Amino acid sequence: MSNSKTLTFAFMDPPFESERTVTFFRLLDAALEKNANVRVFAYEGAVALSFSKQAPHGNAVHGLNREEEAHPLSKDWVAALQQKATGKGLTFEWINCGLCVDERGVNDVIDGCGRGGPPDLWRYASKAFNTLTIGTR
Amino acid sequence: MKALQVIDQAFRTTTEEQDDTILWLTQSMRGAGGHLTVLLSGHAVYYATQHQTQPALTIAGWAQTQPANLPRDIGNLLHSGVPVFAVTEDLEERGLDRQILLDGVQAVSRQGLVNLYESVDQIWQW
Repeated sequence: MSNSKTLTFAFMDPPFESERTVTFFRLLDAALEKNANVRVFAYEGAVALSFSKQAPHGNAVHGLNREEEAHPLSKDWVAALQQKATGKGLTFEWINCGLCVDERGVNDVIDGCGRGGPPDLWRYASKAFNTLTIGTR
Repeated sequence: MKALQVIDQAFRTTTEEQDDTILWLTQSMRGAGGHLTVLLSGHAVYYATQHQTQPALTIAGWAQTQPANLPRDIGNLLHSGVPVFAVTEDLEERGLDRQILLDGVQAVSRQGLVNLYESVDQIWQW
């Protein structure tokens, strides 16, 4: 791990339901931009953010095919943040709550995202400069 | 490191998860050695006044057998050394009497929150 500060984030919202999800990803991006190492604990619906079987689709209402629509996928945002962290010599860790994954059947996650549980959140938070929790509403 | 778990959103998936997810998270982290305190505020103060399990869900021929048991979960937290507080004014605004709080749950005024917040290293607002 680099000498940069480490921030821990705990997030609960699933993809495609709330603007909090977008804000959460923008915060992660901003943290990396400011050279912070980032650790994420995805809880409840947030475990679907890194689900590898997310797929883009066309949009007939928009009159766009799949390629033209270029639909946002949260797994791609996670991957982009991983790449950004690597490029800056920072760490970007992501752990999904395993029981939450099982409930939702979203076991297939992109590379670099792991499975864990609440002790990982405590471990993350204990070693972080600070922790931001964003619950569902 | 000490963390204060502020639970403001009540009955959020308690039917599906058969518990409150933050109470569960707190109990799990306590088992991992975490030093935690729970503050029930807003609608979550109802948790401090629950004395029975939540109603069991039935959908068509499916019947729930293990509905959320919040008194048990709060009792387990207290037993494991996690202090649980409820905001007095939030109880009063909802017509809830302090006298019916679960055993061990402490009422704290909004003014008293200052000391509670200053007693921990991190505050996690859920």
